[in-house]
Amino acid sequence: MENIAWMAWTLPTAIFFVMLALTLGVMTWLGIAYPEAERVGILRIPTTRGDRLFISLVTAAVIHLLWIAFVGTDPLLTLPIGEGVEISSLWLATLISLVSAVAIFRTV
Amino acid sequence: MDKIVNQKAWFLVLPVFAVVAFSAILPLMTVVNYSMQDTFGNNQFFWNGVGWFKELLDPSTDLGGRFLASLGRNLLFSAIILAIEVPLGIVVALSMPREGWTVAVCLVILALPLLIPWNVVGTIWQIFGRPDIGLLGYALNSLGFDYNYVSNEFDAWATVIVMDVWHWTSLVALLCYAGLKSIPDAYYQAAQIDGASRWAVFKAIQLPKMNRVLLIAVLLRFMDSFMIYTEPFVVTGGGPGNSTTFVSIELVKIALGQFDLGKAAALSLVYNLIILIVCWVFYTVMTNVGTERPEKKGAA
Repeated sequence: MENIAWMAWTLPTAIFFVMLALTLGVMTWLGIAYPEAERVGILRIPTTRGDRLFISLVTAAVIHLLWIAFVGTDPLLTLPIGEGVEISSLWLATLISLVSAVAIFRTV
Repeated sequence: MDKIVNQKAWFLVLPVFAVVAFSAILPLMTVVNYSMQDTFGNNQFFWNGVGWFKELLDPSTDLGGRFLASLGRNLLFSAIILAIEVPLGIVVALSMPREGWTVAVCLVILALPLLIPWNVVGTIWQIFGRPDIGLLGYALNSLGFDYNYVSNEFDAWATVIVMDVWHWTSLVALLCYAGLKSIPDAYYQAAQIDGASRWAVFKAIQLPKMNRVLLIAVLLRFMDSFMIYTEPFVVTGGGPGNSTTFVSIELVKIALGQFDLGKAAALSLVYNLIILIVCWVFYTVMTNVGTERPEKKGAA
C-alpha cells in the first residue's frame, strides 16, 4: 500500500469507482448478451444504451454541482446511530440524478 | 428492420485501454481522490468531502471568485477568437486560387504558423510586442499609440487575441479550402446559367458545402482556445493583474504554485466536465448534421 499512497484512496471514492466499474461491466455484458438497435428519442439523435448511460452520468455530475452551488450541503436529518449520523441534503441530488437517469434511459 | 448493433469489436481496443489506464485513467482517479481531501504533502491526506467543490462554486470565496472570473475570461476569449477566426478563415479560403502553382505557395504560407510550437509563438509575440525593442510595440508607440501589453489590460488582451488569430486562422482557412475544393464545377456552372450573384453562390452552394468542415473548425478552435495555456502564459504570464489569467493558468497557479492539490483537483474536474459536455455536443451535432434519417416507415 505504501507505493500507491500518492493516489490517496479513501473508502467513499473507492466505492464510487467500484460502482462505476460495475456499471460499465454490466453494460458490456448487456451489450454482448442482448445486442440492441439504435433508436431516436426526444433529443432527435440516435442513441444506444451506452450513449444513454453517458448522458445520464454527465447529467448526474451537473445536477450534483448545481445542487452544491445553489442549494448547498446542509444536513437533512440526523440518524440516531452512535453519536448521530448526519445525512447531507446532497443525497437529494443523487436521488434526482437516479430519477433523471431512468427518464433518460426511457425517453432519450 | 432496424440494424443490430454488435459491440464485440470493442475487445480489440483492450491494448489501448491498458495504455490509457496508466496515462489517463489512474491519474484521473487520483484527481478524483485528491478533490475530496486536503494535504500538506508527504502523502498525508485529510478528508474534506465536497468542501472544495462548495468553495469552487461559491463566488464569494477566493477559490470560487478566481475560478468563475477566469472561466468568464476564457469564454470571452473563445467567443472573440471564434468570431474573428471563422469569418476570416472563410474569406481567406474564398480568395485563395483554385488551381495553378499559386495554390501550393498559398498552402505552404498558410501552414507556416501552424508548424511553430506554442511556446515559440508566445516568445515571438512577446518580443514583437515589446515597446523598447519589438517591431510591433516600437512602431505602435512611434505612431503615437500608448501600447504596452505589460501594463495595460486592453493591450494585453489585444496582443493575446491577435496572436491566436495569427496562429490559428490558417487552420480554419485550410479546412474551409478543403471543403470548397470538394464542390464540383457543375454547381458553379449551373449558378452562372441562373445568373446567381456572388453572394447567392456563397449562400446557396459554398456555405452549405463547408458546413461540416466549419463545424470541425469551430470545435477544434473552441477546444484549443478553451484549454489555452502556453501562449498567454509566455506573453503576459496571466497579467497585468489577473486580466489574461485563463482557467488553465489559474489551475497551474493553484496546483503547482500554491500546491493546493485538493482545490486544483476540484477545479480540474469541473473544467474537465465542461470540456467533456462541449465535446459531446459538438461530436453529436457533427455526426448527425446532414444525415437525414427517413421517418419510421409503416408496414411494407
